[in-house]
Amino acid sequence: MCLAVPGRILSLQERNGTLMSIVDFGGVQKDVCLQYIPDATVGDYVVVHVGFAIQRLDEESALQTLAEFEHLGVLKEEFGNGFEIAARQAGLANPETAQPQQSDEPEVRS
Amino acid sequence: MKYLDEFSNPQLAGVLLERIRESATRRWAIMEVCGGQTHSIIRHGIDQLLPETIEMIHGPGCPVCVTPLGMIDKALDIASQPGVIFCSFGDMLRVPGSSKDLFRVKSEGGDVRVVYSPLDALELAQANPDRQVVFFGIGFETTAPANAMTVYQAKRLGIKNFSLLVSHVLVPPAIAAIMESPDCRVQAFLAAGHVCTVMGTREYPPLAEKYEVPVVVTGFEPLDILEGIRRTVIQLESGRHEVENAYPRAVAEAGNPVAKQMLEDVFEVTDRAWRGIGVIPRSGWRLSDRYREFDAEQRFAVGDLQTAESSICRSGEVLQGLIKPHECAAFGKQCTPRNPLGATMVSSEGACAAYYLYRRLDLPAEVAHA
Repeated sequence: MCLAVPGRILSLQERNGTLMSIVDFGGVQKDVCLQYIPDATVGDYVVVHVGFAIQRLDEESALQTLAEFEHLGVLKEEFGNGFEIAARQAGLANPETAQPQQSDEPEVRS
Repeated sequence: MKYLDEFSNPQLAGVLLERIRESATRRWAIMEVCGGQTHSIIRHGIDQLLPETIEMIHGPGCPVCVTPLGMIDKALDIASQPGVIFCSFGDMLRVPGSSKDLFRVKSEGGDVRVVYSPLDALELAQANPDRQVVFFGIGFETTAPANAMTVYQAKRLGIKNFSLLVSHVLVPPAIAAIMESPDCRVQAFLAAGHVCTVMGTREYPPLAEKYEVPVVVTGFEPLDILEGIRRTVIQLESGRHEVENAYPRAVAEAGNPVAKQMLEDVFEVTDRAWRGIGVIPRSGWRLSDRYREFDAEQRFAVGDLQTAESSICRSGEVLQGLIKPHECAAFGKQCTPRNPLGATMVSSEGACAAYYLYRRLDLPAEVAHA
């Protein structure tokens, strides 16, 4: 969650009185709030952090950064399934897909 | 171990490294504040490519790592309550509390959900009016505007079943605390680029002046970091201590005025505890009086929980740049990404996790092959 990722605005819409957009991050598309860059428009590149555009960015810088983040595996981490990633790191079953355990089972940590 | 050809532009990286090598005539210790920068430095072996006289010290700028244990315990308590949907970013799932983590709460049947944006949590509140939806509001100045806007929207739309567990921290007071530590070895800072995207650069000149320390605003990508180091070394060598912006494509001096205005409306400055470091005065944000009704700590009365910190984890010293991760006796032994004792081993931006992931071959053989 630490990084902000550049993406391109595909469309604009107002939702609940809030300026929202669909932003493309090198193939992954997400809902992004544009309230902090209110004059941004379709085709612009913006730096997006946790679903909010916080700054405009030129196209060349944006594309370079996206390529770099793809290379680093950052995009997968940013947009992947949180429980799946955590389960893999922990070597445990994904609790979103597994049956709930009984709370009196032994603690997993050693 | 690391080679220049791993960089997106190896020629430019080579030129920057050469310039740094030519400029550095003495030993210098430079702290990168941001965890994203730490990850990039270790991932690309920048610390190993630099001349031996340049030491990179890893700073406290990982929001997951510095969220205090007490706040994690409050999150676990709230997330375990019936009728609650507890929303968080994915990298908080395995941060250890006193006895378990959010991942474990989910395994035990708690309704913990990972969201991409705090606005997703607000939508969940609208869709589930009979449930209490709580969002874990952690992060530095980069993340706070998103949480501020979400609370603002909750109030504007009259959504009563949404609240925020607020644990926001601020970078400049942390820099001051590091410089005032009697053990401080830091001689220059790479400031976190995206924090400055929001806040601008105007908070830094007084710090650079007071502590006589160069501050260079720097991005996350390897070439940005090399350029930040190059500019820092040039200042250090010439005895200057100024604020420079080496990330102008994303950072303006004034930052993002709309976001800053929202932050000022929704939050107010407060003392804040940092995991492993302790309380730093005026180093965080809490909800201002106008929005206090959305404070999850008040709504769920979790003020008086007892915490139990691991006695062998030295992540606090790592976060202050006093030791390197592998200097902790538990590193790679009792403490691994699979069984983390401290948050610096959990988050991919944490210094311990970065060292573990990319430095296995540097470890003693019995650890590397365990």
